[in-house]
Amino acid sequence: MAKVPVQFTLNGSEKAEFVESGTTLLNALRDKIGDTSPKGGCHQGTCGACSVIIDGELRLSCLTLAETCGGADIRTTAGLAEGGVLHPLQRAFLDAFATQCGFCTPGMIMAAKVLLDRTPNPSREDVVEALSGNICRCTGYEPIIQAVLLAARANSQNAA
Amino acid sequence: MAIRRGRGIAAINYPTGMNLGGDPTQALVHSTPTGNFMVTLSSVDLGQGMKQIMAQICAETIGVPTDRVVIDTADTDTGPHCMGTFASRGTHRAGNAVIQAAKEARQVMLEVAAEELEVNASDLETDGQGNIQVKGAPQKSISIFDVALSAHFKRGRSISGRGMFLIPRSYPEKETGAMKPSTCYAHACTVAEVEVDDETGEVTVLTVKNVFEIGRALNPKMVEQQLVGGSWMGISHALSETTEPYYPNRDHGGTDFNQYLMPGPGDLAETEIIVLERPSADGPFGAKGPGEMCANPQIPAVANAVFDAVGVRIDTLPITPERILRALKAQAAG
Repeated sequence: MAKVPVQFTLNGSEKAEFVESGTTLLNALRDKIGDTSPKGGCHQGTCGACSVIIDGELRLSCLTLAETCGGADIRTTAGLAEGGVLHPLQRAFLDAFATQCGFCTPGMIMAAKVLLDRTPNPSREDVVEALSGNICRCTGYEPIIQAVLLAARANSQNAA
Repeated sequence: MAIRRGRGIAAINYPTGMNLGGDPTQALVHSTPTGNFMVTLSSVDLGQGMKQIMAQICAETIGVPTDRVVIDTADTDTGPHCMGTFASRGTHRAGNAVIQAAKEARQVMLEVAAEELEVNASDLETDGQGNIQVKGAPQKSISIFDVALSAHFKRGRSISGRGMFLIPRSYPEKETGAMKPSTCYAHACTVAEVEVDDETGEVTVLTVKNVFEIGRALNPKMVEQQLVGGSWMGISHALSETTEPYYPNRDHGGTDFNQYLMPGPGDLAETEIIVLERPSADGPFGAKGPGEMCANPQIPAVANAVFDAVGVRIDTLPITPERILRALKAQAAG
């Protein structure tokens, strides 16, 4: 099959790759570019483990074709830490013990980031709604909800 | 037709590990040239936190900070034998094996330090910060870093230890069938409050209050994390999980995990967790297995709460709306 060139920005860095037509963004990120933070859970858009942020929107990278991402600004959990300092959401997931096996965690953090970018002081219901597309099978969700609320509080304290 | 409320209680004893043909786990500990300690296991960390707990146990036994210990659980072909991480046995079995291995390694470490300090090994103690010192004379000390360098490059010693923990096979008595399936039991009790819609058969779990007796909590936050998730899984077992279809035709059954549903973040019961610590006699630092038992008491508690709410006994899991409606129908016809 013919390969197609695709160029986008990943976590602030320009990326250019040739991918086979029909390659999902998930596979392009993991297998071509080497960013394994988005996880392949169900590969059919129901578990949320592959979630990434494309141009500010939460997207399922397993249902997104890489060739449709030309010129896009793509953000993944791998790009959140700055200079070795964890992002407040990553810090909060650690502090709240919101991860066990860890497979859902990058997707959860992406979903939470889009929420906090738009709603810096979310209610519990806002958090539940934002995470409702992401499946976790270890934690019982409560520690994850608490982590997102903790990150929101940390952000608002830093802003104040 | 109405929403009916009920409350149920259940208590469990749960064995730590199992006993079929004997239940062994082995561990090896050795120091690197710079005085870090490697623990080699075949016991696998599935996300339950085994590496952290084994690092704590090894560090506590040798007398070094936890971050000086590296846990290698990578390869069941090449590592020392472990039956596996199941039956809530990991902390108990592997932990005991690690203690034995770490004690042997600590003894060699103290012997090397004794040679360097020209004292008797029995007069030495660790300070927990990476140094070995003479009891009562802490100014006479040597870092474990230097001890390891000496062992490796000067004295030709291997600071290492072998550990083995075996629960021997228990044979049933021929006359009575009595046997000892486990040496160590965790305990739990749950009170669940539910609402049952007697028109739709739907059950909503409002609250679960759990008390868990788990021996000593070696890492209290990780124990809490396990218990919160386990309590949720118990409710999931009670009300949701099955590979069979909820309705008779197999075509309506789930075909993959996307249709094997568990309660989502919007379906959570208000959950309370209380931990009681009664150190076990044969556990590492008194630990028992808190792994699986925490997902058990919610199931009978929810079933009892459903009975309290609408007066029907559902004895098949999961407690689906259909099963409740059929039971209510039978009760009315009764």
